[in-house]
Amino acid sequence: MIHSLFLINNAGDLFLEKHWKSVISRSVCDYFFEAREKAVEPDNVPPVIRTPHHYLINIYREKIFFVSVIQTEVPPLFVIEFLHRVAETFQDYFGECSESTIKDNVVIVYELLEEMLDNGFPLATESNILKELIRPPTILRSMVNTITGSSNVGETLPTGQLSTIPWRRAGVKYTNNEAYFDVVEEIDAILDKSGTTVFAEIQGVIDACVKLSGMPDLTLSFMNPRLLDDVSFHPCVRYKRWESERVISFVPPDGNFQLMSYHISAQNLVAIPVYVKQNISFFETGSSGRLDITVGPKQTMGKTVEGLVVTVHMPKVVLSANLNATQGTYNYDPVTKILVWDIGKLNPQKLPNLKGSLSLQSGAPKPEENPSLNIDLKIQQLAISGRLGSFISVGCDSLPAGPCDKALLLLTLF
Amino acid sequence: MLGMSANSVSYNEQGSVESGVDAAQENSSIPGGFSSGGAAFSLFSADCKKNEDLKEMLESNKESLKLEAMKRIVGLIAKGKNASELFPAVVKNVASKNIELKKLVYVYLVRYAEEQQDLALLSISTFQRALKDPNQLIRASALRVLSSIRVPIIVPIMMLAIKEAATDLSPYVRKTAAHAIQKLYSLDPDQKEHLIEVIEKLLKDKSTLVAGSVVMAFEEVCPDRIDLIHKNYRKLCNLLVDVEEWGQVVIIHMLTRYARTQFVSPWREDAMFDENNEKAFYDSEEERKVEQTRPYIMDPDHRLLLRNTKPLLQSRNSQVVMAVSQLYWHLAPKHELSIITKSLVRLLRSHREVQYVVLQNIATMSIQRKGMFEPFMKSFYVRSTDATHIKTLKLEILTNLANEANISTILREFQTYVKSQDKAFAAATIQAIGRCATNISEVTDTCLNGLVLLLSNRDETVVAESVVVIKKLLQTQPSQHSDIIKHMAKLFDNITVPMARASILWLMGEYCEHVPKIAPDVLRKMAKTFTNEEDIVKLQIVNLAAKLYLTNSKQTKLLTQYILNLGKYDQNYDIRDRTRFIRQLIVPNEKSGALSKYARRILMAPKPAPVLQSAFKDRDRFQLGTLSHTLNSQASGYLELSDWPAVAPDQSVRNVEVVEPVKEAGAPALRKSKTAKSNEKFYSDSEEEEEEEEEGSSSEGSSSSSSEESVSESESEENSDDSNKSSSSQSEKSSSESDSEKKKKTLKNKKLQQQKPDSKDRKQKNGNAVKVESRSESESGSESSSSESSSESGSELDSDSDSGTDQKKNTKPKPVQSKPFIKQVEKKEVSLLDLDDFSPVPVTTPKSSILSPNLLSDLQGLLISPTTSALQASSPVFVPETSHELLHRMTGKGLSAQYRFTRQPCIYGNSMVSLQLTLRKITNQSIKNTHITKNTPNKTQNTQSSNAIERLEPQASVTVSMGVDFNDSTQAANFQLCTKEDEFSVSIQPAVGELLLPITMSEADFTKEQGKLMGMNESSATITMTPENVSSQSVNRKVVSVANIGVIPSSQENIYRFAGKTVSSGSLVLVSVALKDPDAVITINTEKTVIGSMLLRQFKTALTNSGP
Repeated sequence: MIHSLFLINNAGDLFLEKHWKSVISRSVCDYFFEAREKAVEPDNVPPVIRTPHHYLINIYREKIFFVSVIQTEVPPLFVIEFLHRVAETFQDYFGECSESTIKDNVVIVYELLEEMLDNGFPLATESNILKELIRPPTILRSMVNTITGSSNVGETLPTGQLSTIPWRRAGVKYTNNEAYFDVVEEIDAILDKSGTTVFAEIQGVIDACVKLSGMPDLTLSFMNPRLLDDVSFHPCVRYKRWESERVISFVPPDGNFQLMSYHISAQNLVAIPVYVKQNISFFETGSSGRLDITVGPKQTMGKTVEGLVVTVHMPKVVLSANLNATQGTYNYDPVTKILVWDIGKLNPQKLPNLKGSLSLQSGAPKPEENPSLNIDLKIQQLAISGRLGSFISVGCDSLPAGPCDKALLLLTLF
Repeated sequence: MLGMSANSVSYNEQGSVESGVDAAQENSSIPGGFSSGGAAFSLFSADCKKNEDLKEMLESNKESLKLEAMKRIVGLIAKGKNASELFPAVVKNVASKNIELKKLVYVYLVRYAEEQQDLALLSISTFQRALKDPNQLIRASALRVLSSIRVPIIVPIMMLAIKEAATDLSPYVRKTAAHAIQKLYSLDPDQKEHLIEVIEKLLKDKSTLVAGSVVMAFEEVCPDRIDLIHKNYRKLCNLLVDVEEWGQVVIIHMLTRYARTQFVSPWREDAMFDENNEKAFYDSEEERKVEQTRPYIMDPDHRLLLRNTKPLLQSRNSQVVMAVSQLYWHLAPKHELSIITKSLVRLLRSHREVQYVVLQNIATMSIQRKGMFEPFMKSFYVRSTDATHIKTLKLEILTNLANEANISTILREFQTYVKSQDKAFAAATIQAIGRCATNISEVTDTCLNGLVLLLSNRDETVVAESVVVIKKLLQTQPSQHSDIIKHMAKLFDNITVPMARASILWLMGEYCEHVPKIAPDVLRKMAKTFTNEEDIVKLQIVNLAAKLYLTNSKQTKLLTQYILNLGKYDQNYDIRDRTRFIRQLIVPNEKSGALSKYARRILMAPKPAPVLQSAFKDRDRFQLGTLSHTLNSQASGYLELSDWPAVAPDQSVRNVEVVEPVKEAGAPALRKSKTAKSNEKFYSDSEEEEEEEEEGSSSEGSSSSSSEESVSESESEENSDDSNKSSSSQSEKSSSESDSEKKKKTLKNKKLQQQKPDSKDRKQKNGNAVKVESRSESESGSESSSSESSSESGSELDSDSDSGTDQKKNTKPKPVQSKPFIKQVEKKEVSLLDLDDFSPVPVTTPKSSILSPNLLSDLQGLLISPTTSALQASSPVFVPETSHELLHRMTGKGLSAQYRFTRQPCIYGNSMVSLQLTLRKITNQSIKNTHITKNTPNKTQNTQSSNAIERLEPQASVTVSMGVDFNDSTQAANFQLCTKEDEFSVSIQPAVGELLLPITMSEADFTKEQGKLMGMNESSATITMTPENVSSQSVNRKVVSVANIGVIPSSQENIYRFAGKTVSSGSLVLVSVALKDPDAVITINTEKTVIGSMLLRQFKTALTNSGP
């Protein structure tokens, strides 16, 4: 299976290597560097690269390439999924998955990698198990460790490893039993020039933060589960119960986790909350152009639109932009040819507008295509799918008899 | 560098690294380190100074310093720096008590052991000791590291360790053993046969933890031994949902291959239907009906697999989803395929890399089955943020999905793509348009017009691509498009991309009759620029000239000759060749024979239009989801998916033998298993299981044993001793009387249970009906019940973890050695989960502790000459299950006690026989403070046992291990069992066979030792064997059941050898049985003549008696 792992940063420095079988020389990465060079953009590096004796499967995350070396046939997704899991574990342990945090915690990284794979085959990937084997670094703990000489490494086998519920550790105790559920919905839409929706879908996830003692058994039900087009669950969810009753029944892991993700494709349900009026034109002569973008609210159900960012991928001939924004700041990067306009909160009374001129490379022909606009925004407390969120109810089938007899369940829903 | 000693002057860099003391290591540690030149020198010296102080830190007495040093060393390893010269200093710390330090040393060892094999051997004894540690985590990690050290010389030790770990009580250790199998196999493929045996054993394991790993080992070591899977097939199917996600992937892939060899194709139906249609034209109606009454019936096992994998489509792990999808693609009937679509489309919202692989697979699927993905067409629309390779794949899929109905939508989408700034993508779009145009004749003209418009595009790549595509399109219907050709001829001057120029020239030549005026003019222009053109263009110029010469020789004769002359002296030999050929062909001269007459027919032959097809057309030869599929070429280690067999192989091979005499017919069994499954889920509690069991028992008929649990247990885990059995039955008992919380749960489960049949009603009659059915059909008994196996597996799991829980509670606070362990089952929480580590139940420490200090010397013996034998203790070949009554419940006032010999080395002392005592309270009062007092009338005997048992709940039972030194005599050991109120005198009379421990030795050693023990030390007898005892297996079995001795491999066919030693004094006991039909001679050689003669008597009775 996975033979070796190399971590390479954006500049092409190989800063960590780990081998699970015989050592493979890092020169194998030359093939990767070759492909990396050819691809120009880091995103365009092919995930699977063939070399004469090995296969390189890589992922690009947080500006780091995770390059794994494979020698024999193995499903590529297997490796890709695992590498992402590694990145997520780092994020979980160190708060962020970046070159500097990995370098700072290289011992823990090594211990983690050692536990996650045995002979190239995944051994323990559940964060609850790993955290019992290797405790995440905290300032407090590192102080205690230096004083008492205790270590970050667990001495006994995590209980989850042996049970049929590998994701939950045993002996969890909280004085305040609480569980939070966040419903995050994203609309993914493609609009054409005139503003009509070409394609739109809602992609939702329910993130949970469960801090309950003992071995709680929870259920979560939707008022209108038929809305959900396609779902995928954390392994803790009982599939059969969902299939028969449309109820999500589970023994949660301890701490943060993603309970489920769902998909709603019904087109008519999707209401795009903002509209954009844009006019970008290039003049035939004089190598210049004009840009005028206005963003306004459409169906926001009275909620404010936040974190509004407009990104424009300009044609290569655009040298610079001289614009004027009524709200927010704009930035044009002449190297990547990306114009970013960070608006922030959308004020329905005074619509933000970005206007000005673009200067083109002299002599170059006018670009025949207008650039595409990407708009990112956030709306708190609004479920775009409507009707779904407000009807979630959480029940507790079994809660441990703890210090508080009545479990306190707090829900943050929107 | 200043402190460099004088002896290192000759090779200064190296000398500074080694501190003189370790000069011996110099040669081995330095090469491969730094390719040091002058430039690296200063850097290097800094490095080695650092290493110096690391070495000092490692040799200090302070744990914290050592730990700090190891952390820095791991940092060096991570950076890829060579730290191998520290090996001797590091390896000393392998036995450290500090677990973090130990782990880091392990990391170091695994990294460098291969390079420093001799030094690495120093650490082996530590691992061997750790393999017997009571903490399962330590056992497992010792095995992990031992098997990861790639030192060929320790292969035998690894083999032994794997064999032992495979029977370990802890599933985690067994899982590690499964991993170690692959490592050993890659180190020494000669061990294959032995490893397959271990795999076979582990495949029977019912723990979900082990399943994935052992299947992985199976795939690696012996993927062709499909016969090993048969018996485990249904179990694997049923366990699948509960296996961890990585294991699921491996199992699904393996089962896909398995199913393709074992079941007939479910696709036959479709084919047959077509046949029928054709037949209907000339066959009578009746015959057709006959044909149709023979429909395809899916093997229930095939259906089982499909049904049990389906819920995994909802997994969060993309590879699991992919694995199930490929399983459905390769195994499911075509009409069931649609369920995988949604899940695959869902994966498209995952990471870029996931999208890439999934899109590739969808591309292959969409060629064969458009319908599957058509409703999701819009999910494949390209986003401006997609990476180029993702965009091209999406385009590919959109093209595959195009049909008459949706082509206009797709073309509109394509129009946007053509304008994309990503020119590579725009070019790919043009090709896609071309493919749509050829595939769907309605839109050919529209596409062609669109492409012609693109010819005036400013971007060269777009224009060039359009020209190439137009060329291909025009070939389909040239006559109507002479104006397009004219248009292209006009554009010709502006186009510089060679491929496009060549295409236009080819078009001119091919259709010169449609453009009679323009073609010669183009040729004229080309004659001027010939020398500056690219090779492919030159070739086409020659072609054009030849064709024009044939059709319009009047105008072009001179031009042609000019071009041919230019070509004759071209630098490229291809062009020279072509020119020579063309000249001979078209210019008639006396030499050229008949060929030139046909020149016109050769050059102007109508050419078939090219078929534009997907690049993914031929990828379906690879199994979906594999690396080979992604690369479109066979990766090493790729296992071909076999074709369906024409006739299904025997289905009965998958039947699992169950103890119950009643068997169920296939179909109802499956239905039942579904209900079992629905309750079981991934965290079924024991209650559920019990109910399941009870439900099942009505159809299972009589079972002789006291508890159903223990039946399934003992049959399933034949290799483990029956400590399992007793503990599981205890735990079952105890769980039934657990605390209130559990009862609540039970109630709930009952409720569920009641609901379940209702829900079943709709689908498949009634749960009760099913049961009745199964009973009535049981006579036909062709199929074994998979429901049995599924429920068994569940219960086995539970009991396993239950017993673990119990043990942990009591052993955790106690130190490791010489402390008793009690399995106390009194109060039990809900948790199957909070078991932490296992107590050293005898099975886990099969190796004699007497010998462990010598193992290092053994090892050294191995190093010198591997053939030199070592007297090694081995694990017992056979452990009797029978328990003997120690105290009857009547005499014990409600307390009953049983004992059995575990045949394991005793933890209390080397000279003791280990026993397991099970105390059970039958009456309703609980007993407090039970303990065993040593009452040793015979001073030579010594009894050791566990501490007092504080409390024994009614109906609960407790297992206690004890050790008795019988001093190599069969005299009974007497002692007292004391409770708070009473004292009971009891005695244990050992069978002579239990006073031995098995050892292994080579055959040569055996004969050597036997030679030393002749004369009065030898006792022998001749017996007449019953015919059924003659086989080697039965002889072996009988002998090892009588006495705890090990089997020695024998080269002679009719002589069986066994060896053991007495527990107390350690004297050898050698047994050989020589068969001389029909007689057999039993010979026993031992110093202990009394034991020898007693053994002989027992063997005589055992071997002359027939029956088991």
